Amino acid sequence: MILLFYLAGAVALIATISVIVSTNVVHALVYLIISLLAVAVIFFVLGAPFAAMLEAIVYAGAIMVLFLFVMMMLNLGQATEDEEKAWLRPQLWVGPGLLILVLLVQLVNVLVTQQVDVVPVEVGVRELSVLLFGPWLLAVELASMLLLAGLIAAYHLAKK
Amino acid sequence: MPSIPYEHGLILAAILFVCGLIGVLTRRNIVFILMSLEIMLNACGLAFVVGSARWGHADGQIMFLMILTLAAAEVAVGLGLIIQMYRRFHTVDISVLSEMKG
Amino acid sequence: MLEWIGLLPAFPLAGFLALVLTRGKLPRRIAGVIGVGSVGLSFALAAAITVEFLGSDALSHTQVLWTWMSVGNFTPGFSFYLDGLTVVMLLIISGVGFLIHLYSTGFMADDPGFARFFSYMNLFVASMLVLVLADNLVLLYLGWEGVGLCSYLLIGFWYDNPANGYAARKAFVVTRVGDTSMAIGLFLLFQQLGTLNIQEILTLAPQQWSEGSGMVVAASALLLGGAVGKSAQLPLQTWLPDAMAGPTPISALIHAATMVTAGVYLIARTHVLFELAPSVQILVAFVGLATLLMAGFTALTQRDIKRILAYSTVSQIGYMFLALGVGAWSAAIFHLMTHAFFKALLFLAAGTVILSLHHEHDIFRMGGMRKKLPVAFWSFVIGSAALTALPFTSGFYSKDAILLAALEQPQYGTLLWLGGVLGAFLTAIYSFRLVFVAFFGDDHTQDAHAHHSDDHGHDDHHHGPVKEITGFVMAAPLVILGILSLVGGFITVPVDSVFGVHEEHHASTLVHGFMIAVPIFGVLISYLLYSGAPQGRVLQQWLKSMRESAFGGGLTRFWFSGWGMDALYNLLFVKPFVALAQLNRKDLIDQFYGLLVELARISNRAIVLTQTGYLRWYAISLIGGLVLVIGIGVWA
Repeated sequence: MILLFYLAGAVALIATISVIVSTNVVHALVYLIISLLAVAVIFFVLGAPFAAMLEAIVYAGAIMVLFLFVMMMLNLGQATEDEEKAWLRPQLWVGPGLLILVLLVQLVNVLVTQQVDVVPVEVGVRELSVLLFGPWLLAVELASMLLLAGLIAAYHLAKK
Repeated sequence: MPSIPYEHGLILAAILFVCGLIGVLTRRNIVFILMSLEIMLNACGLAFVVGSARWGHADGQIMFLMILTLAAAEVAVGLGLIIQMYRRFHTVDISVLSEMKG
Repeated sequence: MLEWIGLLPAFPLAGFLALVLTRGKLPRRIAGVIGVGSVGLSFALAAAITVEFLGSDALSHTQVLWTWMSVGNFTPGFSFYLDGLTVVMLLIISGVGFLIHLYSTGFMADDPGFARFFSYMNLFVASMLVLVLADNLVLLYLGWEGVGLCSYLLIGFWYDNPANGYAARKAFVVTRVGDTSMAIGLFLLFQQLGTLNIQEILTLAPQQWSEGSGMVVAASALLLGGAVGKSAQLPLQTWLPDAMAGPTPISALIHAATMVTAGVYLIARTHVLFELAPSVQILVAFVGLATLLMAGFTALTQRDIKRILAYSTVSQIGYMFLALGVGAWSAAIFHLMTHAFFKALLFLAAGTVILSLHHEHDIFRMGGMRKKLPVAFWSFVIGSAALTALPFTSGFYSKDAILLAALEQPQYGTLLWLGGVLGAFLTAIYSFRLVFVAFFGDDHTQDAHAHHSDDHGHDDHHHGPVKEITGFVMAAPLVILGILSLVGGFITVPVDSVFGVHEEHHASTLVHGFMIAVPIFGVLISYLLYSGAPQGRVLQQWLKSMRESAFGGGLTRFWFSGWGMDALYNLLFVKPFVALAQLNRKDLIDQFYGLLVELARISNRAIVLTQTGYLRWYAISLIGGLVLVIGIGVWA
């Protein structure tokens, strides 16, 4: 189990790094899907099977497919890929990289202060649903409004 | 069940987050920027789920669901914008859209 | 009828509004009817009110219309006060004002600003009526300022010519000096007595202040400052001669019926204060004396027909101040009335002359107009006779009363009397100089334009044949005013109850005879000097040689410039002010604010640099901020 966690973590990390250095959009998307699926595995390991399934179905499935459709609509060809290669110069990475290294050090510094081991307790669909439609009902309604707004906005923006 | 060090999960989330951040900062292609944003959102979700497991409570997972919703809406609007941008400027280079400079 | 007193200023005000709101789009005939009719209605009402008031036993009548404002214990009302003094002023203002309005329909018939002219005139009359009707000093001040505003508008009526605008500004600014002094006086009175109601002030002042105490001296001196400004007395007299820039009927209105008499009215109205401050009261007398002599000498040298009349006004108001200063209140008001008659007559007649001669102002370019302008000629003769105080004209009785009252002044009586008699002598010379030069001798209208000073609005000098422009509307006021100038001396002004004394002055037959002889002697000298009569050749030669000598020429120039007062003020006030302004041209205080502006501009430029328009740049700054904040949170 613990091995599975580290393995999935390594896969997610590698896939994510491949996303941000890839020059081909479709390749990057596939790497991203892999990364998301790996995260789904981690969720499962952490005892959140419902979240894991949603990660696989909604994130890796629906959202990424949406990406893919749009990429096919735009039909970015070889020219874009060459462009990407020209843009991805190493010196471009220095400044942001340093800054982000500092940020990472800070985050880790905060996170490693307490040594607590997690014993995963499985939280099933039932408990989650009770919470969702109990105390979090308002948040659920708001989320639905957000989705509706996103729908309308996307329809309007993508219109010719 | 063997235990997993709590902070390892959070550190993974942090690393994924900064990877996304590097993507946002370095890429010029708006599609990659949007994807990097997705990575960052997903990392946040991971942190919430780890927290949920740490405290043995489902509230973190509910926050993950909210993030998922947010990501879906954001991607829909973002992709709509990308389509519109490509139609008008025939490029996905975000640097072209720098008309707002002072 | 008395309760309709509020309508008196309302009629001209309504006329003003009607003329202003139609923006000069009304036909001339209708505009003229509104302009003249509104003042005519006021006059009719004033006459009816006068009859009723004098018929009743009441000494005064107060009509509260509404409370103007209410701030703490300061509640000036919009209320009118009627007594004998007010009645006299009402009749003068509305009556003479009406005649001037009527005359103006003829005089201004061809002017493009016809309706505008009448709207200003109506507002002028309305303001003046408010001034004399006011029962508190705040309302009086409203009318006072309204009169000032209208004088500005009317003097600058022909605003196309910058000189006229300059004259208007000068009148406004110079009177403003006096107004400020008066405003401070009002503050002082309110602070000391807690009221600005005139009757309450007159009752409270003797109880609160002993005679000659500092406060009452200050208050009356400040009020005197206001009166001096409005009535064009020394040292604020410089605006009046320049006020001739406006159309001639305006000069008549300003000089005879309204504005300049406001100062006399103010002092008469608050006479109790001046009686409490004898030092200020005698100052009033000496201001009047100095002004009347100075203006008399100046008038001797003027060439412009309207400026001669202007200086004669300054001089006559000086007589009124002299009367006020020696406590002859009713004599002052009496002279105010007779002066209104004959000065309006003179100005309107001058208007006829000017119009008939195609806007010629210089009396030395007239001459021999006796036959060509008979109406104007006889008007001038009557008006000048009254001005000179020849026996049995109206001016004779009023000036007589003033001089006799001056003689009775205990301390300086003889001095004041002698000065006044000298002034009367000068008056005789300059007023008949005008008559003899303009209406006798040879015709000079066709002389070349050698020294023409163009100080009036119209430039249409097509010197056609001289033909008297007259008609019913222009001749009728002249005739009525001429009759009033002759018989006005038999009117008794019902002001004894206001001032609480009945003035009667007695003097020996010798003094009387002397005072009758002096003006006649003056007219005689004027005849010998200026009519070109052969008997006066010696005198004329002497005058000519005097004028050509260095001393005489200098004196003439000095007098001509109004005793150099304009130059003096230029030196004393204008020059230093301009110098200060030049010194502060960069506006030192503004520099500080300029610094703020510059700072904002620099920071703007700096911040604009950060607005690159690149998304990455914004994201990086965001992250930089994040790192900074977390860094502070973690390590600090």
